[in-house]
Amino acid sequence: MTHENEWPLWEVFIRGQHGMSHRHVGSLHAADAEHAIRNARDVYTRRNEGVSIWVVEAKEITASNPSDKGPLFDPARDKVYRHPTFYDIPKEVGKM
Amino acid sequence: MYAQMVKSTGKGVQSRDDMSPEDKAFQDRIDRGEKIEPKDYMPEAYRKTLIRQIGQHAHSEIVGQLPEGNWITRAPTLERKANLLAKVQDEAGHGLYLYCAAETLGVSRDELVEMLHSERMKYSSIFNYPTLTWADMGAVGWLVDGAAIMNQVPLQRTSYGPYARAMVRICKEESFHQRQGYHIMIKMAKEGTADQKRMAQDALNRFWYPALMMFGPSDKDSVHSAQSMAWKIKINTNDELRQKFVDETVPQAEFLGLTIPDENLRWNDETGHYEFSEPDWSEFFEVISGNGPCNAERLSTRRKAWDDGAWVREAMLAHARKSQKRSQAAE
Repeated sequence: MTHENEWPLWEVFIRGQHGMSHRHVGSLHAADAEHAIRNARDVYTRRNEGVSIWVVEAKEITASNPSDKGPLFDPARDKVYRHPTFYDIPKEVGKM
Repeated sequence: MYAQMVKSTGKGVQSRDDMSPEDKAFQDRIDRGEKIEPKDYMPEAYRKTLIRQIGQHAHSEIVGQLPEGNWITRAPTLERKANLLAKVQDEAGHGLYLYCAAETLGVSRDELVEMLHSERMKYSSIFNYPTLTWADMGAVGWLVDGAAIMNQVPLQRTSYGPYARAMVRICKEESFHQRQGYHIMIKMAKEGTADQKRMAQDALNRFWYPALMMFGPSDKDSVHSAQSMAWKIKINTNDELRQKFVDETVPQAEFLGLTIPDENLRWNDETGHYEFSEPDWSEFFEVISGNGPCNAERLSTRRKAWDDGAWVREAMLAHARKSQKRSQAAE
């Protein structure tokens, strides 16, 4: 079955409050970007959840491949020296 | 429960010896409590079962708008009308969250809608009962949404990430639904006239057993449920959830001064649970297979809405394509 007349899928990002970053909340179908924003307002902000909406067509998103998880993220695991707790500072020095 | 009798493999829980190395690793992830995301490896049977379950759940939200939509124009006050409108709009939203979750598994929205309309996919049996009086809005919110919450709260921990996240959103919104229903019942059963009290009792009488059926027949021996539980797309058995629902609902009915229509209902001190009568399961099987009081009406309403809206969907798309061409030409 073909669905060439299906509205494209959009991913929706909402800024919950001033000062916060936009966060992915879900997706929806819409004919174009303006329509997607309107639908996002109805579907994802019925209870004051947002002060700003971003929409992006789902096909425009490039995602990392789950099978690349190891090579991408494992190298960061053994670098404990990137965290402040790695370094012991004598108590006498005080807060740092 | 909005998804009833979802079939999985039908073969019971697959033993580890029969699993491919990929399937073993997949089951290990689930056992560790990890979430499965759309692009991750998953066995085909897991994917198919989830499409059935989430699709049925989404259809229930959408069809579930109809029994209440029936009363929007006849709500007794402007405030009640606004409340009901907000609730019905939420159901539409819940349907959309769930359709999107199903679509991450590789099925399209149109395919899902088409499967509902051609009766290849089901929706919850409960929405095939009529809503005859305003008191039914109270009973539906209190009992139907109450039963739905019972089922949906544990599903927030389901193994499939997009489904779990949709359930988190839905649960957050759903408790208003139950409370607004109970509020209607308080108004009618506790503070209302003798006639209103009778209407409230009548609504409870008609919705009690259909609400118990929402959890589905006992599945303690079901091979489908066993596999779904191993995959953590089903968390509790139908009987566990039904018992929990009865235990929580009976005192709420007592507060309202209403009588649960079950002569066998009684508290068991030993088990710490109520004993109650099973609903008539032959009625349930009739309703779920298309022969309930409103099946034909619900489906024809949905089909008509879909067909009547076709020109809008096409026009919006044509407009979007035209404007896109125009802006490309201008560049």
